[in-house]
Amino acid sequence: MRFALLRHAGLVPAPTVDLDHRRMSLRNGGSRNKPGMTGVVLAMLLPTPAVTQPVTPPAHYANVQLADPAKEASARALMETLRCLVCQGQSIADSDADMAADMRALVRERIERGEKPASIRDWLIARYGDYVTYDPPLSGLTWPLWLAPILLLGVGGWIARSSFRRRTR
Amino acid sequence: MIAEAGLAALWFAGALAALQLVMAAIGIARDRDDVAAAVRPVAIVQGLLALLAMALLIELFLDSDMSVKLVVENSHSAKPWLYKFAGAWGNHEGSMLLWVTILGLAGGAVAIFERSLPERTLTATLGAQATIALGFYAFLLFSSNPFARLNPSAPDGLGLNPLLQDPGLAFHPPTLYTGYVGLSVAFSFAVGALVTRDVGPAFAKAMRPWVLIAWIFLTLGITAGSYWAYYELGWGGWWFWDPVENASLMPWLAATALLHSVTVLATRDGLRAWTIMLAVVAFSMSMIGTFLVRSGILTSVHAFAVDPERGAFILALLAIYIGGALALFAARIGTVRAGTTFDPVSREGGLVANNLLLSVILGIVLIGTLYPIVAASFDVQLSVGPPFFNKAAGPIALLLVAVMAVGPLLRWRRDDAKAVLRRVILPIGATLAAAIALLFVWPGVLPWAGLSLAAGLAVASVAPLRKRNLRRTPLFTYGMVIAHLGIAVSLAGMASDRAFTQETLVAVRTGEPARVGPYTVTLDGISPVIGQNWSALEARLTATRGASERILRPQLRFFANPPTSTNESAILTVLDGQLYTVLGQPDGQGRWQLRLWWKPFVTLIWFGGVLVALGGMLSLLGRVRRERRTTMRNQWA
Repeated sequence: MRFALLRHAGLVPAPTVDLDHRRMSLRNGGSRNKPGMTGVVLAMLLPTPAVTQPVTPPAHYANVQLADPAKEASARALMETLRCLVCQGQSIADSDADMAADMRALVRERIERGEKPASIRDWLIARYGDYVTYDPPLSGLTWPLWLAPILLLGVGGWIARSSFRRRTR
Repeated sequence: MIAEAGLAALWFAGALAALQLVMAAIGIARDRDDVAAAVRPVAIVQGLLALLAMALLIELFLDSDMSVKLVVENSHSAKPWLYKFAGAWGNHEGSMLLWVTILGLAGGAVAIFERSLPERTLTATLGAQATIALGFYAFLLFSSNPFARLNPSAPDGLGLNPLLQDPGLAFHPPTLYTGYVGLSVAFSFAVGALVTRDVGPAFAKAMRPWVLIAWIFLTLGITAGSYWAYYELGWGGWWFWDPVENASLMPWLAATALLHSVTVLATRDGLRAWTIMLAVVAFSMSMIGTFLVRSGILTSVHAFAVDPERGAFILALLAIYIGGALALFAARIGTVRAGTTFDPVSREGGLVANNLLLSVILGIVLIGTLYPIVAASFDVQLSVGPPFFNKAAGPIALLLVAVMAVGPLLRWRRDDAKAVLRRVILPIGATLAAAIALLFVWPGVLPWAGLSLAAGLAVASVAPLRKRNLRRTPLFTYGMVIAHLGIAVSLAGMASDRAFTQETLVAVRTGEPARVGPYTVTLDGISPVIGQNWSALEARLTATRGASERILRPQLRFFANPPTSTNESAILTVLDGQLYTVLGQPDGQGRWQLRLWWKPFVTLIWFGGVLVALGGMLSLLGRVRRERRTTMRNQWA
């Protein structure tokens, strides 16, 4: 973590770490994992920012679209449902974090190779757990969640019925 | 001195809230009109004292008084003036003080302006308002003192999160809070009416303007917040189903339902218990929102403080108020006579369907937001996000849009199904025409349904004006027409953005063109720029479309306090959409990463939101004017 360097220099207040270490929140600022701390370090070292090389270049497909629009669209759709594990509530499709960039590259590479989005998603879930997907898979724990809309509609409808006058005809 | 004066003002305000509660209780329980008469002035002074405390806190931030802990932790002397000012509430303690200030002022406003309610019910209402305020004063004074000193004082502050350093901070939180707190007024009215057993049309008419005010502010707050996130976060998204966004959406859904049910109560004396229940639910939702955001149980850009003790405090307040209100509801609901019943095919029937669907959406959002917390207690980490909400709430929202189109065309009490069908032929025709036309550019299921229904709703929403004398049509009818039209406009924008947005991600050298939508974007060069508390790399982009040529200047901005960088997007707004440009990192070989989007008609989303709020304002104006006229007529009669 490049944050660590800054923190030791006493420049950033200590981040408060959530129970789940993957989600880290900075008490003051830096919260949405805005792009490269590289730039910040640069800015602090130089009086005016200058054009220089990033420390670790991101993977090829992190910020490059697939040539085939149909494949890009399905990659994009999948990326929007995947959670950036080091950010605060952002999908990998709209995060500047390095990890999100790597995951975007992974998704695009696999789609390019012809893999189905569902199987990429399953692979990621196997690796990172259900936390990685914003689309909770149906399981013993999540069925009440998916059933809730229908249940609510049923119960609500039943309650609403009582406010109507019985048709006398 | 200023900090101590602020703390003293806060203590006095808290003490006055206690006094207000005791006097209201005595006034009602012992029938002492002389005591009850003093409740109004006390409520006004309490509000003014809270305002004084808030003003003093702002003064501390403007002075950059580094002997005050809150200023040190959240401000910096080199920050621009506006963000020192707005930074006063860009943190946990300050935002809670803002909350209680607005609560106090709202109580004061009720005390000054509310004349139509029976005096006893008003006293009970102000008593309920004082009870809520008391809890929040205690919270501030015992666990979140904004005026705490730091000894020795710091040389300078740690600064404010750069994402919050935006004019949006000056507008978004106060607006949203006014909405939240406005719902507390509705809640207090409901409690007051339950205490004095006075639930009826008169009560509904008195409560309606306050619900409208809260709802207008919530609408504006959410719209502004959405646009702020859209341009600030730099990825072109405008709604993320983030827990904190949901926390603002839930009170809005409840308030929208309440707004419509209170109309049934005021006009037809129906839905009595339900309206009271909704007032309780609406305020519960703003309390739950506050709890979710303030407890730090959710990680988000809005969660300034992660502190279990504070979370427990707010949870306790939540339990007391909601539990207390529900207990009172259960105890008194037997004395509330069942309201008038009505036919399913009637204006009331449409409004019941509206309430049902809004409540179901509210339930889905609430369950979806809380589910990860529940799952975490079973040691399972899971995420519930856009795919769930879109799938679960999307279809119901579209159904609601359909109901919304038909509802205003129904007659009160009972209507004839065949006559209704004749009235909705035009909107149905518009929906079908749009649906068929869109088949040629297939945008996906939800956007297709959304755009078609938006067309139908747009036609249906102006239909109530047909064959009416436009000059004699009451202002609140115009309000309804414009608000419903606003929903159609906003829905069209959402669906259009979802379906037709084009994205281009490229790394370009100077002079190399990139294409997105109808535009060709060329990077002219990169140059350094210095701001008051940041430095930046600024790209100069030329966007050409046919003969027109425009310059955009997106920035990669670096803040030193705290050290963070942000993408400042540059957006070109034209009649048929927005060109959204973001400057990314260099690749080290002379190329710069650019993120470009062409978003057709995306602006309709927020324009629609503003229309909805405008409709609310017209409605408020119309209602207040009519009430005043009736009161005057009654006085003369």
